[in-house]
Amino acid sequence: MIEFWNSLHPLLQAVIKGLAVIGVMFPFGGACSLIERKISAAMQGRPGPNRAIPFWFAWVPVIGPFLQRLGVFHLMADGGKMFFKEDPVPGHVNKFYFYLAPVVGMIPALTTVTVVPFGAYLNEAGQLVPLVLANLDVGILAVFAVSSLGVYSLILAGWSSNSKYPFLGGIRASAQLISYELSMTLSVLPVFLWVNAPGGEGTLSLFHVVGAQDGAWFGLWMPLCAIIFLVALFAETNRLPFDMAEGEADLVGGFHTEYGAMKWGLFFVAEYSHMLIGSGVFVLLFLGGWNPLPWVPLSDVAAWLHLADQPLLLGLLSIGIFLGKTLFFIFLFMWVRWTVPRFRYDQVMKLGWQKLLPLALGNLIFYAILIAWLQPKFSH
Amino acid sequence: MSDTLFLILSVLTVAMALLVVLNKNAVNAAMCLLLSLAGLAGLFVLLDAPLLAFVLILVYAGAVVALFLFIIMLLDTTPGSFKPFKPLTIAAAVLGAALLGLGIWSLFGRAVLPDAPASVPVPTMKHHAEMLFTTYLLPVQVVGFLLLIAMLGVIVLSKKYTAPEDAK
Repeated sequence: MIEFWNSLHPLLQAVIKGLAVIGVMFPFGGACSLIERKISAAMQGRPGPNRAIPFWFAWVPVIGPFLQRLGVFHLMADGGKMFFKEDPVPGHVNKFYFYLAPVVGMIPALTTVTVVPFGAYLNEAGQLVPLVLANLDVGILAVFAVSSLGVYSLILAGWSSNSKYPFLGGIRASAQLISYELSMTLSVLPVFLWVNAPGGEGTLSLFHVVGAQDGAWFGLWMPLCAIIFLVALFAETNRLPFDMAEGEADLVGGFHTEYGAMKWGLFFVAEYSHMLIGSGVFVLLFLGGWNPLPWVPLSDVAAWLHLADQPLLLGLLSIGIFLGKTLFFIFLFMWVRWTVPRFRYDQVMKLGWQKLLPLALGNLIFYAILIAWLQPKFSH
Repeated sequence: MSDTLFLILSVLTVAMALLVVLNKNAVNAAMCLLLSLAGLAGLFVLLDAPLLAFVLILVYAGAVVALFLFIIMLLDTTPGSFKPFKPLTIAAAVLGAALLGLGIWSLFGRAVLPDAPASVPVPTMKHHAEMLFTTYLLPVQVVGFLLLIAMLGVIVLSKKYTAPEDAK
């Protein structure tokens, strides 16, 4: 099977790998809405979606009722509805940009995933090889650059809708996303200061960041960086308590007020994909990626379980560890959503510019000095 | 392969740059600017400079054009609300054409283009950092200072200062 795979044209290999990752990402967006409903229900002490089931599926013992109580068929009905219902386009919109905006939202969401490594295995030489679509040397910069294009989806949707509430949503989105990008970028710099020890070639690759976390995870001794990054991540993905662009209490639905059917659905798949990739990048930067525990790297686990010569199993194990950590952050996103009330808009701006940005700057200077003092001791 | 990509990307870049100038709708112009920058970033990738490409996307496409759009939307520049030609436009056009002519003349008449070396090592992050912190340290500092002055200027110009009793 491996020989057959290697005999394929590299371009065909890349297309298959890309489609496989998209095939996981896209349904995951839908599954997230199910997780969101179940978690919100649990936090509010109600059962959540648990009724719908096709009659022929109810005959299946155990699995049928289990899936019914999980609400899986509500999700499927919802997805089906979004695809097949009438898609109204208001007469007052700018049609070109109105159709373009949801698509533009999906592009960065699915493009950033190419540079995020999601697992690793040991090759014949005993070296760790990342499982990633494109192992770029500029890794984190590519993630930041491409995901910063996500703002155009919100701006265009808000502007092309040509009515007041979407417009306000679009304006808010553009200001908020640019503001928090600064603190986000500054907060990861200490990590890369440590990874790029003197004498190295210099890299921004996320794979090397995980390699530097065989011992202590960065989240353990750079907690402030992790917290600033996490707060900025909430703002960048437009999640509560920062969902200013949407704000259904004051803006009806914000930028997507005029949208319906699958166009509306695409905005949500894009939002959930952003959450998934953001959580993944957080796990890679601060929580050791596919290393199961601090001071327990993946290669040690491979040695204990005698998996070193079975790349397939080790790859699956590493993907499992990485996805487990990432899913915890998806849960955290939803936990926070149902715990913390929404900020006012001026509070969001104050937090971004007057609190997070100076904090990130001070943090960077502190760690620059600390790393300059610590690194010579570790490298000998 | 890379020749075809070069042609596609350079045509995209130049055509979109032209559309930025020729478009009457300001939002369309900003979106064309975005595509032009994307084409430019693609050209940088073809030249084995992914760092430059992604910095270009991050700073210009991700933030600067978004701010352009932000301003365009706030000002509501509906097409036709401006006079197409003013006396200043003619002066600017003459000056621009003169600069372009000068550039073309100096390129064909005066420029000495050295032959491209057969193989150049792909620059790593370390090369970029070393250049910025040694050879080009002064320009970097000067540009940084210039940006700081511009930022302070914007704050001074845009903020309305009121006497304390007026503020109430």
